[in-house]
Amino acid sequence: MSTETVAYENVGIPDGKLALWLFLASEIMLFGTLFTSYIILRTAAPAWPVGWEVLNVPLATLNTFILIASSVTIVTAHSRVQKRDQKGFSAFMALTVLLSFGFLIVKAVEYGVKFSHGIFPSTNIFYSIYFVMTGLHGLHVIVGIAWNLGLMWWAKNGGWDDKLFEGRVEYAGLYWHFVDVVWIFLFPALYLL
Amino acid sequence: MSEHGHELSFTEKYIFSVDHKVIGLQYMITSFIFLLIGFTMILIMRWQLAFPGTVIPIFGKLLPATFAPGGILGPTGYNQMGAMHGTIMVFLGIVPLAVGAFGNYVMPIQIGAPDMAFPRMNMLSYWVYLPGGILMLSSFLMPGGAAQSGWTSYPPLSVINPGQTVWLLSMVFLITSSLLGSMNFIVTVLNLRAPGMTLWRMPLFCWSQFVTAFILLLAFPPLEAAAILQLSDRVLHTSFFMPDGLVVAGQAAQYAGGGAVLLYQHLFWFLAHPEVYVLILPPFGIISEIIATNTRKPLFGYKEMVYAMMSIAAMSFLVWAHHMFLSGMSPALSNFFLITTMIISVPSVALLTCLILSLKGASIRFTTPMLFALSFLPMFGIGGLTGLPLGLTVTDIYLHDTYYVIGHFHYVVVTGSLMGLFGGVYHWFPKMFGRKMDDCLGKIHFWGSVIAMNGILMPMLVIGLQGQSRRLFDPTAQLHNLIGQPMHVLSTISAIALMLFQIPFIYNFFNSMFRGELVDSNPWKATTLDWDCPSPPPHGNFAKVPRVYRGPYEYSHPDHNEDWLPQSREHAEAAR
Repeated sequence: MSTETVAYENVGIPDGKLALWLFLASEIMLFGTLFTSYIILRTAAPAWPVGWEVLNVPLATLNTFILIASSVTIVTAHSRVQKRDQKGFSAFMALTVLLSFGFLIVKAVEYGVKFSHGIFPSTNIFYSIYFVMTGLHGLHVIVGIAWNLGLMWWAKNGGWDDKLFEGRVEYAGLYWHFVDVVWIFLFPALYLL
Repeated sequence: MSEHGHELSFTEKYIFSVDHKVIGLQYMITSFIFLLIGFTMILIMRWQLAFPGTVIPIFGKLLPATFAPGGILGPTGYNQMGAMHGTIMVFLGIVPLAVGAFGNYVMPIQIGAPDMAFPRMNMLSYWVYLPGGILMLSSFLMPGGAAQSGWTSYPPLSVINPGQTVWLLSMVFLITSSLLGSMNFIVTVLNLRAPGMTLWRMPLFCWSQFVTAFILLLAFPPLEAAAILQLSDRVLHTSFFMPDGLVVAGQAAQYAGGGAVLLYQHLFWFLAHPEVYVLILPPFGIISEIIATNTRKPLFGYKEMVYAMMSIAAMSFLVWAHHMFLSGMSPALSNFFLITTMIISVPSVALLTCLILSLKGASIRFTTPMLFALSFLPMFGIGGLTGLPLGLTVTDIYLHDTYYVIGHFHYVVVTGSLMGLFGGVYHWFPKMFGRKMDDCLGKIHFWGSVIAMNGILMPMLVIGLQGQSRRLFDPTAQLHNLIGQPMHVLSTISAIALMLFQIPFIYNFFNSMFRGELVDSNPWKATTLDWDCPSPPPHGNFAKVPRVYRGPYEYSHPDHNEDWLPQSREHAEAAR
């Protein structure tokens, strides 16, 4: 491969960002399918439990705030990178990860209470949907935590001065906002409607 | 990445390589092996269909007793092979060959890129695909055997039958692999074209890969969702696809109920219909290249073909339920899908027509790849036309789930896609190894295959019109099916012949790799950038980044002294 810099024909969006948006498009198809399945199963059902009567709305509201707060902190972390403030970045990224763990803990408490009452995914179709959709979302939260921890590790090990670093933080932020948005849809669909 | 400096170790060079060409060849070899395995399965099944209850020659002794007691295929074994044949051929054979192998190898060099946009992701996509494939095959060894609910895996049967869990897990691997691949392809096409290679100067093969990548990207996630839901039905005993009051073997099923069986069919076909276009668009791209090269004239309607591909891709998301006309779906919906199905046939015919018109007035070179491309046109035509009665609700009521469907689908995928892909192998083999494949063996392979394929598939259309169901284990069990039995025999004998005619191909492939006729970098005198780099291309492909000055098919240019004007040539040289 030649080392000369060549302007390849491009669309003006960095490779990584393009790939991330494509990935998010496929994620939208994935969650879109699950939401569609939810609508179809619900409209076909003769009776459907009311979300707020069987699920813990206060805890879920708390979780909603936690996730939104974590979205704010990851944006701040990104702007700290732009301002070349490594300490600020580390602090806000750590806060993001902490909030994400908080979300998972609250979720685990919710699950635990359900299990202790003998309620499992197999109980009925409502809980099937509840557990599978929130579970899949939780899996995305875990991936986000790993991603953000990876960025923190990389910042300390040479990544901070890498010219790709800012972009990677931005991509992590985009992904994290997506995870956030999915929850914004899940919360009313499962708990409030 | 290490382009310079140290020698790559064997592992880096041939196994965990990040070079798109090595990955392409890995995909090619692997998918050919899977195609061979899938084909062997269908031979065993076809033996049972033609000569039910007799001992299978050769394979009968090798199969385990649970599968084929006394060398005679049992119904469970038949079902397992049926499900696995479809799955392997579609997800592990044709798609990886069309997209993973040709897309990976040819697309970057055709747009003048040094590699894919994300080489390591490219490697990862192969190394997710391979374990997925091995996992799929290993399901035969699991207690209860492999999946046995068809490649469609309709619940509730698939939720109850053994073997399905491994199938679903393997599908998650394969979906991940194709997701990684499609992201990579789209970014490469958008951001890594050589200077001057505008989108409207891309060869049709690149367009076909680009469009296909969008289909893969957006159509696979719904199947992933369906697989997740079915997996949770099996493992967590949820009841997404398990309806109320389900009775299995005389006992109430242990499920809460409330699920929708039809929901799965919708989710599955939402992927699986676009998937058909994933199977056919890359071969369309391949034969466009072959036809342009061997007719020595520009393709008829390059832009029309690109637009046709795009509209096929868009429309392919709106036709899925034509597979479900008889599922008890609302007739209003059936009408909608009938109309969209008729609409999507328009761009498909446009593609075919452009290619046929490209032949008009040409002095055709009947090279081996060209023979495959030429046979593609009428054979895909048969495949497409036999599809129309299935897309019309009235005729579909009679034909649904008969051998006619099998015949139609295989005309599209075997005589269509597979022949196009074979043509691609002969066409790009000189690029891959710097040597040509043997012409005589190639022609034996071609004529043998095309005749044998028709011998397999034409009888299926006939049996189907007689009304024989596609899923019978023993067609002689019903009196009214006996009339079709000679057709089954003809089909089976042709299938064996088809297997025999692959021997020249396999021999030719490996023999020519080392002993084929040495050729220069552009043996076909073609115009696209892939013929500008050395054969085989080195790591990084081009010594100097090529510059593109014109569209892809400038053959017989009046101002040029040769009958091909490469994309990278700045000026036409005056004819003498």
